[in-house]
Amino acid sequence: MPEPLLDITGLTRTFGGGRSLLGIPKPGVHAVQRVDLQVARGETLGIVGESGCGKSTLARMLVGLDTPSGGEIRFAGEDLQAMRRLDRHALSRRIQYVFQDPLSSLNPRMRIRDILAAPLKHLRGLSGRALDARIAELLEVVNLRPEFVSRYPHEFSGGQAQRIGIARALAAEPDVLVLDEPVSALDVSVQAQVLKLLRRLKAEFDLTYLFISHDLSVVETISQRIAVMYFGRVVEEAPARRLFSQPAHPYTRLLLSSAPVPGGPPITAESTAAELPDPLDPPPGCAFAPRCPKARDACRQAPPPLEALSGGGHRAACLYPERGAWQASASTTATPGAS
Amino acid sequence: MMAFLKLLARNRLAAFGGILLLALVLLALITPLLPLLEPNATNPANRLQPPLSDGHWLGTDQLGRDILSRLLWGLRVSLAVGIAASLVAALIGSTIGLVAGYFGGRTDNTLMRGIDMLMAFPYILLALAIVAVLGPGLMNALYAIAIVNIPFFARNIRGATVSIAHREFVDAARLSGKGDLRILVSEILPNVLPVIVITLSTTVGWMILETAGLSFLGLGAQPPQADLGSMLGEGRRMIINAPHVATLPGLAIFLLVMSINLLGDGVRDALDPRLKSGALSRPAPMTRLRRRQHVKVDDVVRVPGQASALLEVDDLHTDFEVGRETYRAVNGVSFSLKPNECLGLVGESGSGKSVTALSLLGLVASPPGVISGGHVHFQGRDLLDLGIRELRRVRGNQVAYVFQDPLSTLHPLIKVGDQLIEALRTHQPLSRQAAHQRAVELLGQVRIPNPERRASQYPHELSGGMRQRVGIAMALANDPQLIIADEPTTALDVTVQAQILTLLKRLREAQGTSVLFITHDFGVVSQVCDRVAVMYAGRIVEVGPTQELLANPRHPYTRRLIDCVPRLGDPDHEPAAIPGLPPAANALPSGCAFADRCDLVEPRCREGEIALIASDGERQVRCIKPLANRTTTGAAHA
Amino acid sequence: MHLYVLRRLLMTVPVLLGLTVIVFLIMSLIPGDPALAILGSYATPENLARLRADLGLDLSLPQQYWVWLTNILQGDFGRSYHLNRPVLDEVLERFGATLILAGTSLALCVVIGAAAGIVSAVRQYGWADRIITLLVLIGISVPAFWLGMLMILLFAVELRWLPVSGMYSIYGGGDLPDLLRHLVLPAIALAVVAAGVIARLTRSNMLEVLRQDYIRTARAKGLDENRVILGHAFKVALVNLIPVIGVQAGFVIGGAVYIETVFQWPGIGRMLVNAISTRDILLVQGGVLVVAASYVLFNLCADLLQYWLDPRIKA
Repeated sequence: MPEPLLDITGLTRTFGGGRSLLGIPKPGVHAVQRVDLQVARGETLGIVGESGCGKSTLARMLVGLDTPSGGEIRFAGEDLQAMRRLDRHALSRRIQYVFQDPLSSLNPRMRIRDILAAPLKHLRGLSGRALDARIAELLEVVNLRPEFVSRYPHEFSGGQAQRIGIARALAAEPDVLVLDEPVSALDVSVQAQVLKLLRRLKAEFDLTYLFISHDLSVVETISQRIAVMYFGRVVEEAPARRLFSQPAHPYTRLLLSSAPVPGGPPITAESTAAELPDPLDPPPGCAFAPRCPKARDACRQAPPPLEALSGGGHRAACLYPERGAWQASASTTATPGAS
Repeated sequence: MMAFLKLLARNRLAAFGGILLLALVLLALITPLLPLLEPNATNPANRLQPPLSDGHWLGTDQLGRDILSRLLWGLRVSLAVGIAASLVAALIGSTIGLVAGYFGGRTDNTLMRGIDMLMAFPYILLALAIVAVLGPGLMNALYAIAIVNIPFFARNIRGATVSIAHREFVDAARLSGKGDLRILVSEILPNVLPVIVITLSTTVGWMILETAGLSFLGLGAQPPQADLGSMLGEGRRMIINAPHVATLPGLAIFLLVMSINLLGDGVRDALDPRLKSGALSRPAPMTRLRRRQHVKVDDVVRVPGQASALLEVDDLHTDFEVGRETYRAVNGVSFSLKPNECLGLVGESGSGKSVTALSLLGLVASPPGVISGGHVHFQGRDLLDLGIRELRRVRGNQVAYVFQDPLSTLHPLIKVGDQLIEALRTHQPLSRQAAHQRAVELLGQVRIPNPERRASQYPHELSGGMRQRVGIAMALANDPQLIIADEPTTALDVTVQAQILTLLKRLREAQGTSVLFITHDFGVVSQVCDRVAVMYAGRIVEVGPTQELLANPRHPYTRRLIDCVPRLGDPDHEPAAIPGLPPAANALPSGCAFADRCDLVEPRCREGEIALIASDGERQVRCIKPLANRTTTGAAHA
Repeated sequence: MHLYVLRRLLMTVPVLLGLTVIVFLIMSLIPGDPALAILGSYATPENLARLRADLGLDLSLPQQYWVWLTNILQGDFGRSYHLNRPVLDEVLERFGATLILAGTSLALCVVIGAAAGIVSAVRQYGWADRIITLLVLIGISVPAFWLGMLMILLFAVELRWLPVSGMYSIYGGGDLPDLLRHLVLPAIALAVVAAGVIARLTRSNMLEVLRQDYIRTARAKGLDENRVILGHAFKVALVNLIPVIGVQAGFVIGGAVYIETVFQWPGIGRMLVNAISTRDILLVQGGVLVVAASYVLFNLCADLLQYWLDPRIKA
């Protein structure tokens, strides 16, 4: 792998913790634990996980909305925290963020012009006619009509609002876009529109995407590489096709077999009502072990490291990874009515 | 701004208050210009004249001073002091609230502990203590009242700021390069301003009352200066002999404060977005039924070879009446459900699927919901014609609901076991003991581990999946013939969803219950439903057996909706978008509602209503040119 | 589980201490020399110096506070020079009278306010709602002291149903029925404003709760409407109402200052007003401190009650 654009090593974020007034250590929630990830320029890395897996915390640390408790993030070799200290705006010029809820990420009392003008003014130093021209250009890029500039957010549908959110992120002319569940709040027909737009923009502006979602099928259509997170850790990472054809971690397999596909095979579910471990009191070993049908004693000792498997760039944090093709992936053509 | 004034004017009480206040303020402003007697000129010979006496319209007080003149001059003072105190309190309190709420952490803690200390004193007591220090006097009373009211502003504004500061647009502003001060002023303040105005408009009256109170006690305005309160205080001693001396200033205070309160309520109502959306009106126990004449588009199409249906919905119409607009959420829906069948009702948001489900037992919030037509036949009765008493016997008994978000649909303060017991005992003559036992059994039946212990827990102590199991147990409590499940897995993670879907499937097999399953997810539909009805703009556009419909949709909308969905394990299938948006429910087009987005549209599509026609097998479609099977896709699209 | 109770109890200590600091500071801010004020025309330089030393005025401010605090903790609030009687005795006696008045009023306004609020919400936009809304508007706009006077005029002077003022009849009074007869008018006059506020908040709270999803669930279960409203909706509204009652208790105690003046009720409010006009600083200090401390304790009880009713509050 050439030098990655984003290099994340040992990234950790703990909420709470510390000591109380009486010196008793307070329990902390380990939202993100020792995450290592690399993203190459021009790539789309998908990050999948269920609620509480730490994917949003990871995203917020990447754009500087949250500060890591440990580990580091390097952008083109430069330490992100150092970059932030030197210049408050430097990070925002390189990495931008698209929010999940398109409407709540737009100030209801500001016109679209003012929303789009903020990054142009503060990050790119534009003003006057150049500013107006750039706003018009941005709206055109995301397929919105130029007269929208004088409207307020509530006049837009969810899909249109999300386009404005994307335009705002693009205004900073970043290299990387962190997309945090950008289509989860949208109806499927609108979701498809936005995904299409994102694909086009990536090619047009030579962007690198971190695409975060709970929806496996959405991540699959847009990502080249996918990392699966569970309980604050990356448990598996592989090129998209390989992850779906030969998932190695039992959790990934569980995710895949739980997702209902239209006209697909019947889903399988765990036999017992399984739950996430208590985040204040995590188990010492693999966090998935209590739910894992194949867990053995060794799994409960220490968290298994993310180790490379045989084939190209496939890593899994499992002592006993699954081998071979995933049974349902035989029906990739997804002939409807196959069941 | 104009809209705000219009809204205010429409509120008659507020308008009355506004006019009264305006009159009082004008009167106070022009007092120096009026031909009044000198307010402080005493005339002992002429003391305690009753109202309407010669030269003194409102009589004189104990020193023979003209009451009318004193009243108007006093009004000036009271108004000025009250408003000044309010503005001071609003400015300082709001600033504290904004700063504490935005920065949070230690700043918040320090500021709010200080505010708490102020609040630890009973209201007037602190004012008294302050006046005790500063000495009696009008200005000191003003300071005291202002200080005492700072906590109200600080707390209200802090609350509003906290809720805004955690909104995503503040993060977005930060990422746009805005600094803290800029965010506070340009992003947060405009959103908090209505709260400041509301707090101000609802406390001005109160503050005038309190300043008058201090003067009444002799701690405010000092003679010869007089405000309304001190006039009242002086007149108190003569209350029995000359009641007018005290009652008139009291009446003036009352009118002034009332006009401000009326206007303040109007301002609050005009600025509160919840009132506009009707969110603060009480929903009736059942949806209002007001059948109108609807042009019936569909004949009662019976599925061929159909056994007697358990549920037959016929031309159901449900509207939302907001202001003068009528939103037609459900616009002539007909379907039937056989015993032991699972019918999926699929559609995007706003398609009317949930409203259809809630309409069946009159659970659409009303106002603004109105069922404006149709019939819901269940076991030979029309549920819409039942009175609330009979309807209640059906609700939760023969027909039960499972709702979407189990956190908001379970009562937060009642133990889950007790909620189950309540459901059981409403319809069955069980002792508490027996009901408890049955409740624990039910929890076990939905595979909740350790049901005895879980029964005594509150909903917030359970995970999302567990809560939804409780919701299902509650629906099963009285062995219903029909369960209406309204997006029961939408709020859940995919692995939990798999568990819940499997549970529902198994329960249905074991108990033979019919299920009406509302969802937006074709994947979920294909897992659990025997038949599917696809909804668009308040109507069913296509019905048929699940696998056939998914494989070969007949309606262009269904086809394109299915093509939008990314398919797991098929990354090469690029989801195809549908351009445009569904029509607004208050402006439905005539003809096919999908026509504007359909690439196969013809002029015929927009001429008159289009009926649901039988196409093939058990399938029906609302299209004049139904699509052929997928194998001939190219031809159909050409 | 009980951690919350413990923490809430512990949190009360700094609040009470803070109260004493504020009261102490306010009183020490009073301009003028207390020794001079006490001695008046007897003020010779020697006398002044001796009294200053006696009063501890030659110490630094923190030292003065410490002495003062230790005295107070031992129940020594000083003597009221005006009444020539220990401050604590006077304060406690007067506070008892205020508690009878304010307690009755608070009970009245909670019961009447909550009931009116529920009726108003359930019959939204009906006749009952309109009448209650109007009464509430009058209630929160009327100056309590004026209302008290009007009530005296009507019920005591014109109709002669009830006594004009005081707590007991001067001749042959002193029993409970006598107290109650004297209590009726001031208690009602004092309850009006707070009842209005509580009714309003109950109404809007009930309307908000009735919109919640779990109320729809209750209806979907087939519960009858009374149970939905009282068993489900009011349960939540009540939890939200408790802090409001705490705040209103402060208003009622504050309002007692006026009502006691109007009805010549021998309570602490009237005592404070008199003490302020006679510059009897120690009496003001003691009165404010005792009332504020009991208000803090009342709010502590309200919080604990809310904790007990709302399982979602966790330490």
